Amino acid sequence: MPTVTMTVNGKQVSADIDPRTLLADFIRVNLDLTGTHIGCDTSQCGACTILVNGDAVKSCTMLAVQADGAEVTTIEGLAENGEMHPMQAAFKEHHGLQCGFCTPGMVMSAIDLVKRHPNPDEATIREELDGNICRCTGYHNIVKAVKAAADATGG
Amino acid sequence: MYEFEYRKPASLDQAVAMLDEDAKILAGGQSLLPTMKMRLASPGALVDLAAIPGLSGITVAGNTVEIGAMTRHAEVAASKEVAEAIPALADLAGKIGDRQVRNRGTIGGSLANNDPAADYPAAVLGLGATVHTNKRAIAADDFFQGLFETALGEDEIITKVSFPLPEAAAYEKFVQPASRFALVGVFVARTGSGVRVAVTGAGPGVFRATALETALGGSFTPAALDNVEIAADGLNNDLHGSAEYRAHLVTVLAKRAVAAAR
Repeated sequence: MPTVTMTVNGKQVSADIDPRTLLADFIRVNLDLTGTHIGCDTSQCGACTILVNGDAVKSCTMLAVQADGAEVTTIEGLAENGEMHPMQAAFKEHHGLQCGFCTPGMVMSAIDLVKRHPNPDEATIREELDGNICRCTGYHNIVKAVKAAADATGG
Repeated sequence: MYEFEYRKPASLDQAVAMLDEDAKILAGGQSLLPTMKMRLASPGALVDLAAIPGLSGITVAGNTVEIGAMTRHAEVAASKEVAEAIPALADLAGKIGDRQVRNRGTIGGSLANNDPAADYPAAVLGLGATVHTNKRAIAADDFFQGLFETALGEDEIITKVSFPLPEAAAYEKFVQPASRFALVGVFVARTGSGVRVAVTGAGPGVFRATALETALGGSFTPAALDNVEIAADGLNNDLHGSAEYRAHLVTVLAKRAVAAAR
């Protein structure tokens, strides 16, 4: 079995794994970081979105072995010193969630979005969140939250 | 997903040596991994190209844009050099899948897979690009051979794609609303040696719409296509759209592309 080593939320982790282990499963089962959700398992819904070397990717569509040597950030790695990340805070403030299942993926995608579009308009936010599905259809407040977070972080 | 052996070569030669009959090449994995998860593919081994140096990157020199096979869609979409040299190509890359897919998916993977509704094949065929492999250079007109079929041999690996600069080009895509794949996508390019029109999504594989090319060769204007129709015979017919509807879309999108070409 191949050995993978990666940095997850600032901490180096290493394990011998079956090559078919998906990165999403490695994070949830091996590392017990269950904030990353698996919604559809068919690469469509984006609930499993995490950052790999800073880029939003669907962790259910990447093998854990492909992340060997990578820098991974999950929803659990966003808060600093007990303070929520501005994107998390904005989702809370604007009620950017209903059932909450898609939320971790939405937040991770939104962070990648604001990194590339520091001052996004509504159309850009909606277009860029194309890869994340909210089955409650609570998009309106999600878009508001992303806009507010972008404004708050000096976009 | 069924079990497989994971191989990670450090060079192209090593990769070729690792490609036995039951092995598949892993590039970005955005088509292959979902297919394996649904157990529609069960390769005995995956040969991951990620550690091979020199397969990724964009070079614009003279009249050519060269894109390494492992270059991700997001890099092409964000490349200022590509946007300046062939704006239609950067635009097309930015329309592939969604952000997460563009962060992983590669041009080489898309071309080798040759999904009948993929975007990149339309640009490669529309611009008359050349696909380079570890063995040879293949002209776009010879590369695509129908549904998921290409000219690639068993032990052949795409290394880069070179695009000649057109005088003007544009890509117009009508998305299938659920999958965001092209229900129909049309790439139009005006080049020094004539007009090329490549169509994806409409048929069993990307193809050139020669009737539209002839009409646009006379006059590169949307109006030149007013009375030009594409035959519906052989086009895809499914719950998302009839063959006739797709045929109609080809001309509509070609007109929009001509109007948008720059």
